[in-house]
Amino acid sequence: MPSITYVHPDGARDVIEVPVGTSVMRGAILNNVDGIVAECGGEMMCATCHVYVDEPYLARIPPQSDDEKAMLEFTASERKPTSRLSCQLVVTPEMDGLVVYLPETQV
Amino acid sequence: MGDSVVAIVGAGQAGFQTASSLRQEGFAGRVFLIGDEPALPYQRPPLSKSYLAGDSGLDELWLRPRSFYEKERIELVIGETVTRIDRQGRRLRLGSGSEIACDHVVLATGARFRPLAVPGAELDGVLPLRTLADADILRRRLGEVREVVVVGAGFIGLEFAAVARAAGVGVHIVEVTQHPMGRVVSAPTSRFFTGAHVGWGSTISLGAAVVRIDGGGGRVEAVELDDGRVVPADLVLVCIGVLPNAELAGDAGLAIGNGIVVDEYLATAAAAISAIGDCANFPTRFAEGRVRLESVQNGVDQARSVAARIAGKPAPYDKVPWFWSDQAELKLQIAGITAGHDGSVVRGDPEAGSFSVFCFRQDRLIGVESVNRPADHIVARRLLAGEPRLAPEQAADESFDLRAHAARKA
Repeated sequence: MPSITYVHPDGARDVIEVPVGTSVMRGAILNNVDGIVAECGGEMMCATCHVYVDEPYLARIPPQSDDEKAMLEFTASERKPTSRLSCQLVVTPEMDGLVVYLPETQV
Repeated sequence: MGDSVVAIVGAGQAGFQTASSLRQEGFAGRVFLIGDEPALPYQRPPLSKSYLAGDSGLDELWLRPRSFYEKERIELVIGETVTRIDRQGRRLRLGSGSEIACDHVVLATGARFRPLAVPGAELDGVLPLRTLADADILRRRLGEVREVVVVGAGFIGLEFAAVARAAGVGVHIVEVTQHPMGRVVSAPTSRFFTGAHVGWGSTISLGAAVVRIDGGGGRVEAVELDDGRVVPADLVLVCIGVLPNAELAGDAGLAIGNGIVVDEYLATAAAAISAIGDCANFPTRFAEGRVRLESVQNGVDQARSVAARIAGKPAPYDKVPWFWSDQAELKLQIAGITAGHDGSVVRGDPEAGSFSVFCFRQDRLIGVESVNRPADHIVARRLLAGEPRLAPEQAADESFDLRAHAARKA
């Protein structure tokens, strides 16, 4: 099962095994990783599952849709070039080892 | 604060968020989260969308796993009803006979489906869609039926219709008004979705009412309309709106009127009793007078507001309402409340399936409905959060940079 590392703003790390086909957002929710709110449940309506993807992994994740690009303008923390909505990062075998940084706040 | 007790009645999205936000706000007392359904707190929107279609499962429905409640010391009481609020004694009485003493009650009791009051409504195959149990029945039946009648063309009815058509089931939508989703969207948006559903193969009867449901052997067989037509059906979905669960508050002597009446802090006349989400009737600058809204956004943001107040940081509730609906490949996003508009302009091209309707009242922007046009939706939420200075001509002009305009204001 691919392993995903969630890095909290204080540097603490949660390393979670997330099944292929499950989103990085759901992986956090189901394993009580703080810092992902996901109030709309993955519908790209809320931007409260914002993460910063560790740069080396950017090439291994799916591209942004127009919906996601629009919603990323509504993040509570600063939008960076590495910003993604974790509900849109559906885990594939190639994403094993993915590291995402959690923002200071989601709301 | 460490010793006080909060009891949240209703374990839907608003109730769950209250419990979660209380902990985020540093509330250290006991938190009870009481729900009458047997399941862990779950999200309702997928019940008429991906879950109904079988594209997502239970794991994607839970708001949090069971271990979350233990970790956060949230005392989850599910499969249990609250029968009485004792205001003097500051306690709740439960259906099982036990009691919970508490200092603050948050009513997040939600709403229940409005039954169809016609003969035959009790037949097998005449079904609502409100709870997980409802969705499980419909999901199974959709694989067995051939002809569905959807009574009521609101969000739920149309979302269900889209899923049923995609599953190859015949769909006839019966709507008593001339405008599907007319309570919440403008005429252009309503017309567009009417056309879309017809394009997907549904039959739509507008201005038609169901007078009787016919059956044989206890099972539904047809629906009789007030114009005399008889429409065959082996499943009838009743989705003609909801009724707020306000009885508990009413019995406790609190004011009710289209929901539980609260002030701008979401408190009832009894300061230690709040109401939020689908059951709460609250004042808002986003409408004329008071409203009761049925949405995830409303439940979640009101929950945060009440949790902050209980934790000692009171502020009036003032969030921009937003809504969404997924119907086949169409995503409808609404910012603000467009009901009561006296003018509207369309940006984009409905023919191309991507447009927004900007709604104005006395030349002031009050809401925007976007179809497959998420950037407009985001701009609208930004604009409405402030004092939206946008002229109808600007909204209609696609060369006018809305994003830059919203950024200037921010």
